[in-house]
Amino acid sequence: MSIAWYLAVSAIVFSLGAVGVMTRRDPLVVLLCLELMLNGANLALIAFARMWGNGDGQILALVVMTVAACEVCIGLGLIVAIYRRRLPIDVDELRELQG
Amino acid sequence: MSAVLFFIAAIAVIAGAAGVVILRNPFYCVLALVTHLVALAVLFLLLRAEFVAAVQVVVYAGAVMVLYVFVVAYVGGESDSIGERLKGGGPVASGLRLVGAILGGAVAIELLIALLGTGLKAIDGYGAGYDPGTGGASTYGTPAYIGQLLLTRFLLSFEIASFLLLIAAVGGVVLARRRGGLGEDEDRRVITPLDLLRPLITGTTAEGVGSLHTPGTARSEPAQESPVEAGTGRHA
Repeated sequence: MSIAWYLAVSAIVFSLGAVGVMTRRDPLVVLLCLELMLNGANLALIAFARMWGNGDGQILALVVMTVAACEVCIGLGLIVAIYRRRLPIDVDELRELQG
Repeated sequence: MSAVLFFIAAIAVIAGAAGVVILRNPFYCVLALVTHLVALAVLFLLLRAEFVAAVQVVVYAGAVMVLYVFVVAYVGGESDSIGERLKGGGPVASGLRLVGAILGGAVAIELLIALLGTGLKAIDGYGAGYDPGTGGASTYGTPAYIGQLLLTRFLLSFEIASFLLLIAAVGGVVLARRRGGLGEDEDRRVITPLDLLRPLITGTTAEGVGSLHTPGTARSEPAQESPVEAGTGRHA
């Protein structure tokens, strides 16, 4: 398949993730949708690496995976801390950042 | 063959992504994301990124998703239906959510126009030939190729990424740690020096689940079972 098909899939995945980030209320699912957006970007990076025939895009995709893992670690830590304080796990009700 | 595989994997990728956005139960959302990630690894393989595909399956779909499953099981996120999700939280929040969905659709259309309507000729091809300077066609995307790039040209980004992982690990521990010490009724058994003299079999997992004696009852038993213990004068 030509590179354009992969790019179309990556665009669809990215915008699905964006819809999820903007519409879901559970912070866990918001994090999952962030992963979707990062994965769409990863697919585009690897498709472009294939298009150019060198490995720079793949390295960048690996770095994006690292950043995603860090974001998961911090985000899940935040969710566990919110849960321990018995606050509502709902992004609509967590508007104020004061403890 | 590769076209068939591409369409199967692409449909699985998009279905998994839609499942994450649509499904009610957060647990099912995580499982849909695992499907999405595995299908995405197939797409990576079709693009000849073997090492990235392996990392995707092992690290992402393996380790990170296990973390998600544990936190979902611990927190037990709420499950809300689509209608409740779009209407709940007052008129402002539901209106914002509707605007968000419309904006996401607009982003999709815009990205597709920008990507497919571009003047790039190479986008319609099957990819360039391989760079002869960094290895032939047989090594593109292999672990040796990626490792050579990571340790030569991209050494700085490699080190920064590892340091970022360290910072994130420390931050995760700091964020999720238990504040204010142990709870009232949680494990606060005081260890005394006498506990060091206890028989070898105690203090194991079997004792922990209660199949053997607990330390309190063991100490109150008569000392005939072990003359060494009687000699220490603990039961005097």
